[in-house]
Amino acid sequence: MPPKKPAKSPAQNSVQNIVDRCQALFDDLDFTAVKDWKAAHPGAKAIGYLPIYVPREIIHAAGMLPVGILGGGDQLEVIHGDAYYQSYICRIPRSTIELGLTGRLDCLDGMLFPSICDVIRNLSGMWQLLFKDKYVKYFDVPQTYRDDIAGTFYIHELQTLREDLGKMAGRTITDDDLRNSIAVYNENRVAIAELYRLRAVQPWQAPTSEIYLLLRAGMVLPVEEHTQLLADYVTAADQEERPRRDNCRVVVNGVFCEQPPLGLIRSLEMAGCYVVDDDFLLITRWLLDEVPTDGDPLDNLSKAFLHRSAATSAKFEPNKADKGRFLIEQVRNSRAEGVIFAAPSFCDPALLDRPMLQEALNRDDIPFTAFKYAENTGQMQAIREQAGTFADSIKLWSA
Amino acid sequence: MAKAAPQDVIKESSMLKQKEMIDANFKLLSTANEEGRKVSSTFVPGNLNELQMCFDLNCNFPEINALQNGMRKKSGRFIMEAERDGQSEDVCTYVKSDLGMIMQGNIGPTGDKLPDPDVLLLSYTGCFTFMKWFELVREKYDCETIMLHVPYQADGKITQNMRDYVVKQLKEDVIPTLERVSGVKFDIDRLRQYMRQSAKAEEDLVWILQSAKNRPSPIDAFFGGVYYIGPIFTAFRGTEAATEYYSTLRGEIEQRIANGQGPVTPEGDFGKEKFRLVVEGTPNYTNFREFWKMFYDEGAVVVASTYTKVGGVYDFGFRHDPDNPIESLADYCLGCYTNLSLPARIRMLQSYMEDYEADGLLINSVKSCNSFSAGQLLMLRELEKRTGKPGAFIETDLVDPRYFSAANVKNRMESYFQMLEQKSASRAA
Repeated sequence: MPPKKPAKSPAQNSVQNIVDRCQALFDDLDFTAVKDWKAAHPGAKAIGYLPIYVPREIIHAAGMLPVGILGGGDQLEVIHGDAYYQSYICRIPRSTIELGLTGRLDCLDGMLFPSICDVIRNLSGMWQLLFKDKYVKYFDVPQTYRDDIAGTFYIHELQTLREDLGKMAGRTITDDDLRNSIAVYNENRVAIAELYRLRAVQPWQAPTSEIYLLLRAGMVLPVEEHTQLLADYVTAADQEERPRRDNCRVVVNGVFCEQPPLGLIRSLEMAGCYVVDDDFLLITRWLLDEVPTDGDPLDNLSKAFLHRSAATSAKFEPNKADKGRFLIEQVRNSRAEGVIFAAPSFCDPALLDRPMLQEALNRDDIPFTAFKYAENTGQMQAIREQAGTFADSIKLWSA
Repeated sequence: MAKAAPQDVIKESSMLKQKEMIDANFKLLSTANEEGRKVSSTFVPGNLNELQMCFDLNCNFPEINALQNGMRKKSGRFIMEAERDGQSEDVCTYVKSDLGMIMQGNIGPTGDKLPDPDVLLLSYTGCFTFMKWFELVREKYDCETIMLHVPYQADGKITQNMRDYVVKQLKEDVIPTLERVSGVKFDIDRLRQYMRQSAKAEEDLVWILQSAKNRPSPIDAFFGGVYYIGPIFTAFRGTEAATEYYSTLRGEIEQRIANGQGPVTPEGDFGKEKFRLVVEGTPNYTNFREFWKMFYDEGAVVVASTYTKVGGVYDFGFRHDPDNPIESLADYCLGCYTNLSLPARIRMLQSYMEDYEADGLLINSVKSCNSFSAGQLLMLRELEKRTGKPGAFIETDLVDPRYFSAANVKNRMESYFQMLEQKSASRAA
């Protein structure tokens, strides 16, 4: 189904209209928004990327559209993709292959595969074999954090990407282009931070099922348009009167790569949980601060990555004492009462990390519960019951 | 050819020598703490054995512990112990076997107590899970962790940026930390000396592996290969003992070639070679001998395997280079098999299929190792297309006995051998 165009009525910026638009973009597995953008920008290219982080600023600076590819969700019937994977491998690579083999990603001129796990890493090689006419890059990021060692490596990788995309665009990407794109993405980061602040303070005004759709819209829309959409939503949400429930406040952790079905997020909410922080679509909040817009842009992106980026299972934590600290800070800052670990089945990073994070929460007396899902999980009853019991236990037994 | 009774397992003298070496390292480790010797824990792919010897470190290899426990039927209960402690049933069983063993007192496969490490040297090469593994192990010890991040060869080549990054980490982080932990000052000439030994052993190892181009092949390059790689993939690369081992092994194989003999199996000489296979993937260790028997009972010999390249790819020219020791260590780490892109792995397998005149390709896909397994079904298709040779695909696990179904594997292998036989017959007709 093609995405709905923005309505022209005065109510076009109502919460419902904004959410409807985001829902339509979310449902559209044919990436019509990307095709429309390309039609409106003849000759311009679109570059796909998988979770969890790529420097979209460089793609933007090349005049290209960065497009987040997050698998096929629960609406895509996977036929070809299953033939490429054993049963013990997670869902996202097989539905991504399905999207590719069924032509849904033909609108993309290239794909970036970030360093997240062995499955996504190997998918980059599969893409090289299956889609020989596309630009394919495995985007390696450092797992050490010294500027003079890791920074030098990373800046070189950024420069390589810059040159590759510059060649595709037929022009040099200048430092000013990059600075401008960094500024544009800074605005987006600020808008998302505002959205998260609103939800943390008044989660009944900004339900996570809506926040999630807003973030997903940012995977296919131009960043400037997305930033405006976020601002419109915050304004509209402020003006709505929504019932406040006696829900439990939770942080959701583990959903950084393969996406849970939207129904799962709604189930958590229906079970009595206000999600007040999460690791959904981390690319939107990977860099924790605004990136400086003066000086060397690649150096600035590098320093932001090395020193001020989110902690997640796909990153090495060099200090034992800091393991779990980021999650605990999320809990403290959002005044959450507990953590829900939701990890995709067969997700090595999330599932191997989980016991360490749980141990850190135990030390701080933060309650948690845990389950697994797949992007095509259909039965929510068990998850709803588990989350509901967890919420009840917090309400009943926490001091 | 007459075969020995099952209880009398036949081993080549080099296999016995290899076992002695590995056992001796376990003994050395068992007394390290009390005798004040420093211990590092590190991984096989991208291991820096020569460098660690420069600091008089004894090396403990968690993967080796896991596979040795698998062979001795101990890994199953360790895995379940780790799962009871909160590890997911979905994740790598090497990790869980290691954690379970530590939780049950850290008694190693040979029954000797394993030492607490003084340093965890994480050579993050070709396997994401390594990173989490050492974060998990770090929780159990109060020691330093060194991360050596080795970039992935996504485009099938080592770039200068990758090499520089690894070299810088070695010079500015790994070596200074090892000096601090060990109290031994780094001596580059000592490193060069070890590397000279490594290069000699590597030369012989390559000759040994390539001896499988003979007909009949004098070795099994997968099941036998597991024994052959033992010393050079672990605590012995760079030692005179390893050099002697490979020289002795080479002598044995030269003799077998001269005699027109095939490999030695646990039940004696191989018999008539009927099928020549290339194997991609890891072995199953819980039922290693049972699995091997499915091959030699049918006259199937493995002439080349990728598993014997996880601790270093030497058969395309790389050797540790004493004249450029640090750069050479970087190239070694970058070049390990699972750090290669899927297209590069396919090219390697294709060359094996052609150069070793293989009849087919077998992929043993293991649940535990996404680094190996993700993409193997595409590799199979691609290789069948490129070589015209049939492939087979089976699924087991490294050290989790719950994932080895002997009847299913045997059934599939027998069907595959029948197909190879029919193809061979139709070619001959």
